[in-house]
Amino acid sequence: MAGLDVIEEAGRQLVICNACRYCEGYCPVFRAIETRRDFKQGDVFYLANLCHDCRACYYACMYTPPHEFAINIPQILAQSRMESYRRWSWPALLARAFKNRSVTTILAFGVAALIALLALAFIPSENLFRAHLGAGAFYEVVPYVAMVAGALILFFYGIAVWLRGGARFWSETSTAARTPGGWKTLASALGAALGLRYLKGGGPGCFYPDERPSGVRRFYHALTFWGFLSDFVATALAFLYQDIFHWLPPYGLTSAPLIFGSVGGVALILGTGGLIYFKLQSDREPAAAGARGMDYVFLVTLGLTALTGMLTLILRATPAMGSLLVLHLACIAALFITAPYGKFVHAVYRTLAIVRYEYESSEAHHHAAH
Amino acid sequence: VSADYDVIVVGGGNAAMCAALSAREGGARVLVLERSPEYERGGNTRHTRNIRCSHAAADQFFSGPYSEEEHLQDLIGVTGGPANLDLAKLAVRESSKLPAWMSAQGVHWQQPLAGTLHLGRTNRWFLGGGKALLNTYYRAAVRKGIEVRYNARVEDLVIENNRFEAVRLTASSNGGGQELVRGRAVVVAAGGYEANIEWLKRHWGDAAENFIIRGSAYNDGMLLAALLKAGAKSMGDPKGFHAIAVDARAPKFDGGIVTRLDVVPFGIVVNRFSRRFYDEGEDIWPKRYAIWGTLIASQPGQIAYGVVDSKTIDRFLPPMFKPYRADSLEDLAAQLGLDPAAFASTLAGYNRATAGNADAQMQRLDGLCTRDITPKKSNWALPIDKPPYYGLPLRPGITFTYMGVAVDERARVLDASGRAFRNVYAAGEIMSGNILTKGYLGGFGLTIGSVFGRLAGREAAANGGA
Repeated sequence: MAGLDVIEEAGRQLVICNACRYCEGYCPVFRAIETRRDFKQGDVFYLANLCHDCRACYYACMYTPPHEFAINIPQILAQSRMESYRRWSWPALLARAFKNRSVTTILAFGVAALIALLALAFIPSENLFRAHLGAGAFYEVVPYVAMVAGALILFFYGIAVWLRGGARFWSETSTAARTPGGWKTLASALGAALGLRYLKGGGPGCFYPDERPSGVRRFYHALTFWGFLSDFVATALAFLYQDIFHWLPPYGLTSAPLIFGSVGGVALILGTGGLIYFKLQSDREPAAAGARGMDYVFLVTLGLTALTGMLTLILRATPAMGSLLVLHLACIAALFITAPYGKFVHAVYRTLAIVRYEYESSEAHHHAAH
Repeated sequence: VSADYDVIVVGGGNAAMCAALSAREGGARVLVLERSPEYERGGNTRHTRNIRCSHAAADQFFSGPYSEEEHLQDLIGVTGGPANLDLAKLAVRESSKLPAWMSAQGVHWQQPLAGTLHLGRTNRWFLGGGKALLNTYYRAAVRKGIEVRYNARVEDLVIENNRFEAVRLTASSNGGGQELVRGRAVVVAAGGYEANIEWLKRHWGDAAENFIIRGSAYNDGMLLAALLKAGAKSMGDPKGFHAIAVDARAPKFDGGIVTRLDVVPFGIVVNRFSRRFYDEGEDIWPKRYAIWGTLIASQPGQIAYGVVDSKTIDRFLPPMFKPYRADSLEDLAAQLGLDPAAFASTLAGYNRATAGNADAQMQRLDGLCTRDITPKKSNWALPIDKPPYYGLPLRPGITFTYMGVAVDERARVLDASGRAFRNVYAAGEIMSGNILTKGYLGGFGLTIGSVFGRLAGREAAANGGA
């Protein structure tokens, strides 16, 4: 389906949902539907990003195909999400990743391969393939300036594209002049996002990987998210140690960067592994083909980043360290460069959608109270 | 002769699954024969939303107490007195045990839906609606070792000397061939006959061709006919059904909740001759909305048209099908296929009778009525004079039929002389005529199905095991 057809089809289905409302107890998507009467692009994109794909509504719906109403909300919202990701991404050439996932794959592999080639070209092989010990060991392989400059460029580029997309989400999904919510509303929204409140299927859990509710997806998603955050903290701490305190890595096994890094690394490996494992088994009916592929690319990149990081740590005193470090940096580069062009963007839009939902519902309460 | 199963349950909706699970609790080997494919399993239960239960006190999901006495009075109030008061009392009394039992099967609950808060004290909402409820019951059934066969069309019951012997069925699993399955007892929970247009035509003539059936297309009453043929006593008006106004563009079967229209009290309703025929503002929704199906069924062509203007179009639940819309009454009439002159004249007469009326209060009977016009509109009678105008075509949407078989307080099917069959039980819509004779009390269909389903399952297990 082309973009406009997706929006139109989502609108058709959402009107039926609004006349039914049986799924209201499952998640905010249905409560947000009830405050609207028709569904234009901004509404569809907002609801699509508010949807956590828990699939409770799909299995509870008496109108799924082959019923002639052909309702499949998780699927049409997944397709709409892809459209919204593409619309809000930049530049257009790379935004095509959301239509054609090979763009993301090529981007990830391309950047990773480039890093590997640069390493092979510029690092003498006797340096790359021998053991390095003591302070600054990593930088004997890859120069500090190259590592930090590369990381910062990719990091800030990703953040800039995210911010641009986030701003467009906010302006395009706004349906009316809404009073901004207070700090309490914002805190509640962040709590919902960080606590994965809406990956519970309204109570019993996501209906995932099949029609039985279970907590597996929420569990592995939490491992992935907190693992990532823990690794992010580890990186920030390492930066602090090195550039403020001038303590050069590698750090001891009981140092803060190492504890955060290894706990996060293990959590990320388990989390992404679990998510991939269950996605492979999951019901295809409520899924959108393109979205699944994009999920895999993201999960694999994230998982490999953690895996190579852990291997670099474990084998840092051996001659394998050099090549593992290069591989790890290649994975990080792939993760960062695809961050605005793959599933990573859901972190931005879903959080913002939850914030908008919390604002809308606090406003509704505000009106109800008067 | 050895039986294949202790208890055979014919049907796959709420009553059937309550019977199957309860029979299994009693230790029986249970077979469920569901006529539909798996994805359509559960009959009309798929379209249900909540269940009415007596309870002594408020809890997390009930907003206040609902005594058995009040529950019974409500039932008597809408039905004008149940056919069998003892069975009505039994349903009301036993309903208090349902939430705990349902929770034990794995059912999750939720707060009442927005817009249905008036039922929050008396009814309990299962999370996600009827299909989610059925999914939970089927999961429990599989977990507990109940055998379920889909696409199993039971065509007849072998009943000899007042005793059930076997079901005769055709199943896609054996290439559509006939098959006899023996059981020590049978629970018939196969729904009503509202989807059997030929049967409805016997009572309604060709008008039945224009009815829309809101629920399962599989409810053709084959098992009800089999029981009546075997000598079961019938209960309830064979012509009677519960029907509401639904969009005429709805599918013939299985459109469920989304095709209903709440337009009636917000404007006027005319027939195909553009004439009004009943007081649209008689009472507050939902008390009186259930009469509109039968009212439209009695109009020529079984069709009517709800008409509102831009003042009220946004005040009722947004309909699934787009309303017809026009800037002039003549244009709207043309779109609806009505005579523009007659339509404009009806509207002009109505607008004269409501001249000066403003500020309708939809949440109560506001007494804002028409003057010197027949039929009167007793409340919320605003002029229809602010374009654009909107029209919605309405047809009778049949929810369920009332007639069923007589049962006793053990859910045993009775014969014409009032004697119980030895091992034949009934639950759900197929026996609700013992209690509901007309009207409807929201959520009470599931109450009957659950109470009598559990009862039938227990009794059948005790009987079949003996």
